[in-house]
Amino acid sequence: MVLQSIKMALDSVLSNKMRSFLTMLGMIIGVMSLVVLVSIVNGATKSVTDSIANIGTNMLTVTIQDDKDNPMTLEEAEALEDNESVQYVAPYSRGNATAKYERTSEDISLYGTTAAYYDIKGLKLASGRFLKNADVSGSTYVAVINQTAAEELFGRIGVAGETLSLNGYHFTVIGVLEEEDSTTGNTSDRLEAYIPFTVLSKISGGSRNVETFYLSSADDKSMDKVETEITNLMYKRFSYDSDAFSVTNSSTIMETMSSVNDTMKWMLGGIAAISLLVGGIGIMNIMLVSVTERTKEIGIRKAIGARKKIILMQFLIEALLISIIGCLIGIGLSGVVVIAINGLMTSVSASISLDVVLFAMGFSAFIGVVFGMYPAYKAANKPPIEALRYTN
Amino acid sequence: MIVLDNLCKNYEIGDDVVRALDHASLHIDDGEFVSIIGPSGSGKSTLMNVIGCLDVADEGDYYLDGMSIEDYDDDELARIRNEKIGFVFQNFNLLSRLSAKENIELPLVYQQLPKEERKERVEEALRRVKLYERREHRPMELSGGQQQRVAIARALVTRPSMILADEPTGNLDSKTGDEIMKLFHELHAQGNTIVLITHDEKVADQAERKIRILDGKVYDVEKGA
Repeated sequence: MVLQSIKMALDSVLSNKMRSFLTMLGMIIGVMSLVVLVSIVNGATKSVTDSIANIGTNMLTVTIQDDKDNPMTLEEAEALEDNESVQYVAPYSRGNATAKYERTSEDISLYGTTAAYYDIKGLKLASGRFLKNADVSGSTYVAVINQTAAEELFGRIGVAGETLSLNGYHFTVIGVLEEEDSTTGNTSDRLEAYIPFTVLSKISGGSRNVETFYLSSADDKSMDKVETEITNLMYKRFSYDSDAFSVTNSSTIMETMSSVNDTMKWMLGGIAAISLLVGGIGIMNIMLVSVTERTKEIGIRKAIGARKKIILMQFLIEALLISIIGCLIGIGLSGVVVIAINGLMTSVSASISLDVVLFAMGFSAFIGVVFGMYPAYKAANKPPIEALRYTN
Repeated sequence: MIVLDNLCKNYEIGDDVVRALDHASLHIDDGEFVSIIGPSGSGKSTLMNVIGCLDVADEGDYYLDGMSIEDYDDDELARIRNEKIGFVFQNFNLLSRLSAKENIELPLVYQQLPKEERKERVEEALRRVKLYERREHRPMELSGGQQQRVAIARALVTRPSMILADEPTGNLDSKTGDEIMKLFHELHAQGNTIVLITHDEKVADQAERKIRILDGKVYDVEKGA
């Protein structure tokens, strides 16, 4: 019986191809906007979270804004590692310099830090080694440079052991960092050099005091415990003034970002769902016309014994068929559009998730039923004699 | 067996009340070939709708095979129409998108008979109206007479208590009409109850018995030839 109804419905959809297609167009456009918009937001979310993950999700950044005439020393910062919930602490300062090698001269960003930086940031070496604690305590003039710096200054990567001049001071290059994950597309085109924290203080004429440091959690699942502890500790350390310092948790930033993106997704998805609703009204409209046009057919069917449920089902299946076929075409076209977007925009890689496809199908079916119900009900309740008497 | 007892049916058209059936009573036995004759506006169509369970009378009793029809709801009436009544209409009323075979099969589909049995009975009905070779054709591809034969096959296929034919020859030329009437005689000879509604005396005369209706009253019941 159901099979018969599906066959009849398919027949009737196909017998009026242009009308069926135009009706489906509403659904096609609705589904496309839903799937494509959500996919773009998904892609954007992924690229944002990837770049945050690149900074390191397992770390806190502590910045001291006001030292209350009691600055934090390198030793004091490093002593935070004794805390159970803390894994590594890496003080960090920045400067700029002119790097020279033979006749090549380039601007370079200097980072003064310690050995722990390597672990906190999850860096990788292309060659050589990273800074060691002995380099920091002994203030040795050694530098680890990034791949861009090696290529720009030396024209090659295997440069460990070479000597480099930074603002006139001679540094031995001990290692070259691997370029950051190239799949995210944010390879740095800046030149960077990592030197011992103590050396940067010395050559920049600044203090050995720590103004910024990174800190990683011993428990890699949760940052919350260490964040609370460090915040409390710093609060006491700086005379109970919460404005004197800031503790930033990159996973908090990530969470905020993804919640913003989630909101975006629901908002855009909601707008697209409204267009699906409009498509549904189109279906209802055409189904009402179809019911009127086929009044005679309904009369004949009823005369020879079709019960209300059968007529209802026939028209409902027809509405459902239009919405589902429209939805499938829409999903197919979304695939094409998403591939095109990915081809045109390199910064965002949109991806269609199964979730949104299932949602689109479920919602289309829902719309087919909801907007098909009234016309089908109308058809089912036509009195047979009036329907038989009807002439187009 | 059909028993009508003092049936009344009124229609309101504007302020006027039209008495389409005015205390109509009649009796049709199984296996009879009866014609109901009356001019247009006589209440003939209303009588047919009531007998065909497409409509229910306002007053009076209608018994079809002993069942009182007033007591049923729409779906039960649909089931009674499906099982007990085979309709043949003036303008054939076939579904244009279905083939002859599918049109004939439709009432059996509504009965939810198994596919094998449907096929068997459809083929039997097709042979009885001599259209087996044209079973895959759609109504548009068939002549008027052939379309009416498909409609008769559709009426026959459920093995109904009666075949209710409303002006079955009205849209056909006289030669084709004669052929259809011949088919009705054959079906009658095979034991089917046939109720033929017409305004044409020559057609009505072919029945065993003529029932005349005028202004909603069933006037005289006269024996035919």
